[in-house]
Amino acid sequence: MPILLRCHPGIGPAVTGTALVAKDNFSARYDLDRKAGTFSRPSHALAGQSYDGKILVLDTAKGGVATAWMLHEMQSRGIVPLALVFNRVNPILAQGAAFGGETMVDRFEGDVTDLIRTDDELRVDPAAGTVEILNR
Amino acid sequence: MPVRLTEEEEGMRAGVFGEPRRWAIEHQVAVGEFFDAADLVPVSQAHIMADTESLGEAGVAFLERLAAMPEADRRVRVPTLTDPRGLDFQTYKRLGQTEAMAAIEARAIAALRAFGVLMTDTCINYQTIMPPVRDEHLAMGDTGVVIYSNSVFGAHSNFEGGPSALAAGLTGRTPRYGYHLDECRRATRYFRVEARPRDLSEWGAIGGIIGRECGSYWEVPLIEGLDEPPGSDALKQFGAALASYGSTALFHMPGVTPEPTEWAGAIPDPVSIGRAEIDAFIASYGATGDKVDVVVFAAPQLSLVEMAAVADALDGRCVHAETTLLVATSPEIKHAADRMGLTRRIEESGAVVAAGICFYQSYAGELAEANGWKRLLTNSAKLVNIIGGYGYRPTLASLERCVDSAVAGRVV
Repeated sequence: MPILLRCHPGIGPAVTGTALVAKDNFSARYDLDRKAGTFSRPSHALAGQSYDGKILVLDTAKGGVATAWMLHEMQSRGIVPLALVFNRVNPILAQGAAFGGETMVDRFEGDVTDLIRTDDELRVDPAAGTVEILNR
Repeated sequence: MPVRLTEEEEGMRAGVFGEPRRWAIEHQVAVGEFFDAADLVPVSQAHIMADTESLGEAGVAFLERLAAMPEADRRVRVPTLTDPRGLDFQTYKRLGQTEAMAAIEARAIAALRAFGVLMTDTCINYQTIMPPVRDEHLAMGDTGVVIYSNSVFGAHSNFEGGPSALAAGLTGRTPRYGYHLDECRRATRYFRVEARPRDLSEWGAIGGIIGRECGSYWEVPLIEGLDEPPGSDALKQFGAALASYGSTALFHMPGVTPEPTEWAGAIPDPVSIGRAEIDAFIASYGATGDKVDVVVFAAPQLSLVEMAAVADALDGRCVHAETTLLVATSPEIKHAADRMGLTRRIEESGAVVAAGICFYQSYAGELAEANGWKRLLTNSAKLVNIIGGYGYRPTLASLERCVDSAVAGRVV
């Protein structure tokens, strides 16, 4: 029986994929090597790891406004997270998801970085405001 | 929750006012619904971050598609400014930027001009173009501009990424959520500064410390203990660092900022920030003795007063042959600096003065690769926070120590 997590209705299409989880924050400009599809900021909890095709599960957004364009640019090249699942996002991530067609949800009951583990299989449904953990 | 639209806004959504405005309001409705906005609020200015490193080919092609629509459909409805560009056509070759970068930059500029956007190319528009006024609603597209406008002037803006700021320019509105609402502007965190910052880098350090503590767009810090009013450049560095480290969009500083103190809940215990915390923050980026590849004065762009300070510190000295010193300011300030002889005094040292860029928005990764840059020295706490992801090893220091290090070719 999958575990069902409820959240605020989000943005983008429903997707199924594998989670990559960390207790850290996110900015496409500050943290990523967007050509390689990896976390490049040495101090990031996911430094060196690939985000391509993963459902990123993180705490919140950090820093500036560039992510609003960069998610769209990453989508256009096909090296992009499959979805963003955060405790709470800032306007830039929401705007970037809306512009780039990226799946994104936030505002759960509980800390989503505790509720989901790396390599969990997830079904993210933004319209319903749910995330299912399929493998537990 | 559906966003309530006026008759005119429904017309935009139905395409009556053309495809650009239809795209714009659909985007705003999607963002507004995500944040439970009740409606859209009219804005008096928009400000677009649209550097070509962020846009990429896909973003430029998107702008060009809308820019090719009929003029009546594509013209912005409110004054719409630009944040720094990715490249200064006067200096890009000296900095190792490529013809391909210049070509895509020219395409983006042509597209933005077609919307009637004013190419101000600045992140210090509150110092140089048109300062906001109290309770003015804005759609500002640079975190440093947003936090300064909200906090120092008491204006109302969320962080508006490039697509959203363009949408606001096209519709003259933005979704009413976040810092457009009074209930989101109440203080949630409490800080007491117990040491006097000695220069702009230390103002940035304090902003960075508070930003790390806050760590969320939705936290509003209240800061006490600064016993004399800071100047505009100090608040600029403080706010830019706070917004960078914390994604914070508003602070209150009783006696300095205009809004009365209101707390979102019970008053929290204050967090003290003293000399030890400031010194530790700066020391965490320390690298005394290391070779310096590039010294950067930017992020935010320099005011005229800062340009004069750099000129005074460099006067008659030469930047080390293996070090680059880059100064970035707005086009308006660059013209003033040219007229007053400041640019000449800075560049006689071997430094480069660039207009309309802000370093980290200028293909910083490619610049590092082209020039072999690794160790970067700056007096901007915002820049040291951003630039690590681009492969640099950043050090934070006072303006004077930055200049002394640029001359010596190593961190002094």
